[in-house]
Amino acid sequence: MLTEEEKREITAELAHCEHKSAASIEALKVIQKRRGWVSDASIRDIAFLLDMTPAELDAVATFFNFIYRKPVGRHVIAVCDSIVCWSLGYDQLRELLQKSLGIGLGETTQDDRFTLLPASCLGACDRAPAMLVDEDLHGPVTPEMIDGILEKYR
Amino acid sequence: MERPLTKNIHPGQEPLSLAEYEKAGGYRSLRKALAMPPQDIVALVKASNLRGRGGAGFPTGMKWGLVPQVGSVPQPRYFIVNADEMEPGAFKDRLLLEGDPNQIIEGIIVSAYAVQTEKAFIFLRREYFLAEKRLKKAIAEAYEKGYLGAGILGSGFNLDLRIHSSAGRYICGEETALINALEGKRAVPRAKPPFPLACGLWGRPTLVNNPETVANIPHIVNNGAEWFKALSACADGGTKIYGVSGRVNKPGAWELPMGTTIEELIEDHGGGMQKGYALRGIIPGGASTDFLLPKHLDVPMDFDSVAKAGSRMGTGTMTVLDDRTCPVGFVHNLEVFFSRESCGWCTPCREGLPWIEKILHAIENGRGESGDLSLLEQHCRLLGPGNTFCALAPGAVEPLQSALKYFREDFERHIREKKCTWK
Repeated sequence: MLTEEEKREITAELAHCEHKSAASIEALKVIQKRRGWVSDASIRDIAFLLDMTPAELDAVATFFNFIYRKPVGRHVIAVCDSIVCWSLGYDQLRELLQKSLGIGLGETTQDDRFTLLPASCLGACDRAPAMLVDEDLHGPVTPEMIDGILEKYR
Repeated sequence: MERPLTKNIHPGQEPLSLAEYEKAGGYRSLRKALAMPPQDIVALVKASNLRGRGGAGFPTGMKWGLVPQVGSVPQPRYFIVNADEMEPGAFKDRLLLEGDPNQIIEGIIVSAYAVQTEKAFIFLRREYFLAEKRLKKAIAEAYEKGYLGAGILGSGFNLDLRIHSSAGRYICGEETALINALEGKRAVPRAKPPFPLACGLWGRPTLVNNPETVANIPHIVNNGAEWFKALSACADGGTKIYGVSGRVNKPGAWELPMGTTIEELIEDHGGGMQKGYALRGIIPGGASTDFLLPKHLDVPMDFDSVAKAGSRMGTGTMTVLDDRTCPVGFVHNLEVFFSRESCGWCTPCREGLPWIEKILHAIENGRGESGDLSLLEQHCRLLGPGNTFCALAPGAVEPLQSALKYFREDFERHIREKKCTWK
């Protein structure tokens, strides 16, 4: 069940849309922002609001890299693995993050604090190697900076 | 030299507020434009030789001229700014979007007036959170001031502008996939024709331009076509936001005359290669462009010159390959990206790119076989232009086909010695 507040936020978005389906990404993001991820039940509830079938909406949800269809941690680290970051130390950055967090790519720490994901080019090639933690861009990230960055996210 | 696009941009600082932007000469072009017949602005942009900055270099004025005339089709028609900058190596639109959001918005209003559309969208890649925040603020200020909305500045022209923030997928940069994404559908490309100019968003005429293209419009309206052409070092008008990344001393993006040479970009602006590293190759305009070599350093970075040298200027943001990085590993990384971001809609791309990626991975890890290079070449042909639904796969094989040509000995050595000699 969507909360009244969630419904209100999605409905407000619909006012700007020629067709309800146009709000699909925005609606998925509304739920993800509040719940961390998008469950099957949420897909059904949102689809109903947007006059879409659950399958149509799930085809959108599963298409995008940053709509989470599984639970993630409180903070999501997206490490850029594209060409410039790869050339300038992605492998080392990834290894150090994995060691520090004790998880692999696509995994979440046991305390649900961090999820570590690989990411396509973040558009920060002048700041390679780069990573996003939630909405914050960090780069260039040197090995000695990693612990300090992680400390900021509890 | 003049740097119209970046004169207000000071990286690391907050962008100008609307009031500061106006004080710096902002929104003059809108007042001027609203007093002109729209078709005169189209003619002015044609005369300026502005070519689209998204990568293909299509003449902007000509594209605008192809928007169906008002009255010939029912309203609404749409104007979309494609700010889904997701090509590896490209970060130049970010500079403009974060650095001077008001300039982008003024450019959108003037462009929309020129082609007489009343609904506009900025399609922004998900990861540009800072740009999103700043653009939203600037849009709100523009509405408050009457630059957006109904009856702009007392004229009969209306414009509604919305930001669509995406959720991370490279294919959305392809304009028909972008349109599907805006409609809330799975973002796969559409068959062309019909082209979006005739039948785009919700089946209506839709014009799609790059943010850098749009940012140029206010300056062309203010200063004229001749002034704009004089900014350039070649026949294409204007300045260009160029970038250099990789193992150079000062990676970054700068506004320079269109036609600045590769050497000047790497040496003078990028600060040259880092100590202990030599230049081995260049992908001049993003991951989907053919390699160039150190012998091409004197090539001017404009659409025609780079094409003549065997590549594409693309976004104008180049990445260097240094002599201590394995070229096979480099190309493998590019193909990891493309195969991951293939949308899966058409078979050659969905099946071919992962195959390429696996072959390259095998070669890089000492498991290459003698027939692999001809198999890769076959893929370059079969995934090339005309065989796929959109330009993703043809773009993906550009760096591969040129790497096979220029760095062939490296590939052969991997296969012969059954290892990567860089490791």
